[in-house]
Amino acid sequence: MSVKSEPITINLGPQHPSTHGVFRMRVTFDGETIIDVEPIFGYLHRGSEKLAEERTYTQVVTLTDRMDYVSSMLNNQGYILALEELANIDPKPRGVWLRMIASELQRIASHLVAIGFLIQDLGAWGTPLTYSMREREKILQMFEMLCGARITNSYLRPGGVFMDAPLQFWESLNAFIEDFPSKVEELENLLTSNEIIFSRTKGVAVLTAEQAINASITGPILRSTGVDWDLRKTDPYDYYDQVEFDIPTHTAGDNYSRYLLRVQEMRESLRIVKQCVEKIEPGPVRPHHDEVPNLVRPPKGDCYTAIEGSKGELGFYLVSDGSISPYRWHVRSSSLINLTLLKDMLVGTLFGDLFVTFGSIDINMGEVDR
Amino acid sequence: MKNWNGITLAKEINSHLEKSVLDSNDNDVYVDPEKIYQVMKFLKETSGFSFDLLSSITAVDYYDHFEVVYHLKSLITLSKATIKAKVGYGRQDEPKIQSVYSLWKGADFQEREIYDLMGIKFEDHPNMKRILLWDGFPGHPLRKDFVTNDQSIVEDSKK
Repeated sequence: MSVKSEPITINLGPQHPSTHGVFRMRVTFDGETIIDVEPIFGYLHRGSEKLAEERTYTQVVTLTDRMDYVSSMLNNQGYILALEELANIDPKPRGVWLRMIASELQRIASHLVAIGFLIQDLGAWGTPLTYSMREREKILQMFEMLCGARITNSYLRPGGVFMDAPLQFWESLNAFIEDFPSKVEELENLLTSNEIIFSRTKGVAVLTAEQAINASITGPILRSTGVDWDLRKTDPYDYYDQVEFDIPTHTAGDNYSRYLLRVQEMRESLRIVKQCVEKIEPGPVRPHHDEVPNLVRPPKGDCYTAIEGSKGELGFYLVSDGSISPYRWHVRSSSLINLTLLKDMLVGTLFGDLFVTFGSIDINMGEVDR
Repeated sequence: MKNWNGITLAKEINSHLEKSVLDSNDNDVYVDPEKIYQVMKFLKETSGFSFDLLSSITAVDYYDHFEVVYHLKSLITLSKATIKAKVGYGRQDEPKIQSVYSLWKGADFQEREIYDLMGIKFEDHPNMKRILLWDGFPGHPLRKDFVTNDQSIVEDSKK
């Protein structure tokens, strides 16, 4: 016998602790089953794209920090690559290796946040989050040595990085490379074959490859559906064609595979960092003022450059009118676009799965609203 | 990844869909805004192009007209292309262009964002309303003629 119930609509957010910022959803339930989801954005909209039009090209780097504030280095990298292409700047090799080290460390930090909060959303208060935050802290301290800031780094400059890494940084980095694999294992021992995590995440919110590609979904979510699409391999930028790494993929496309994929990607990122440390050679970290002035004036034109961010394809579209500030700056935000299928993923699942699915998509409101 | 040369791509499109390309250069293809949907459908469904991933849509205000910019990628042929369409000559209040939502669902939020911030309406989009700003916000802030330090917007929103 089935019991009919009245649909009820609930507002979740914008100040709900599990929404990872100021995200708001209007969710309609039938009993405990979700029948409709309407995401509502804009609570963190600061008009970054308009602000950039009144700043110089180098000043815009600070705006990218404040977009996805758990992966600032990656945002810096994406923007600087677009600017270098637009202004025909030739980067210095040491600067490029340094920014690859920085951005791969940032990818690890971002995935640690994603995993930590995903498990937190599952109801495992404390331990896994503390473990992942402990490792992230080490990375943030290394960033502090590099540029003096932990979150809003602004470490990259056109043609390289702001300054060379101090001796202390290399010591910490070597210790981290030594230590991190055992820490990932520790985290995995707790989570990967955990019965509760199995039953809560396996087969929940399944996406197929066709659905994901059609909705422009990229990054770990696309790779969890079995597509080996990683811009570091398919469209290499910086020196990613000179390092060896694999693209982990899964075919299930559910919440569990998205979690597992991030763990594997952290190991691959560490592999890249190791190779960068071996290949880096002494030299200048950015071009001299005479080559690239502080006020960059790219020739008239436009360019679109995309990198593999921690959450997917992070694209920057820059239009120059020949002046010292961008005529138009657009960010292809992977966080926003990865939410396109939120409704399809959630409808039919239960209330308890809502935030687990949401956590496994891994968005950052700073990048969604910009 | 192969980057399609705009002139070559324009020839290919024109040979199948006559007079749909207005102009082209090394990187971009300028498509007739009236025919944008047909061109996109052709690029998505014809083998050899198979642009299955709509990377990004954005728009730029050039004072006398707007430019809608599409960045397409193909996971099958490992290639990318840039398609542009010029709309809104003569600064009408609401320039219009056909939505590509029915080809790529990924256009959903991006087209809404363009409508919100740039004021270009996408026809046949199922949910064409503001996404980042609130309903009733005066104007579209990414337009070049938008007055940025207008305090009345803040005061009106408090009412």
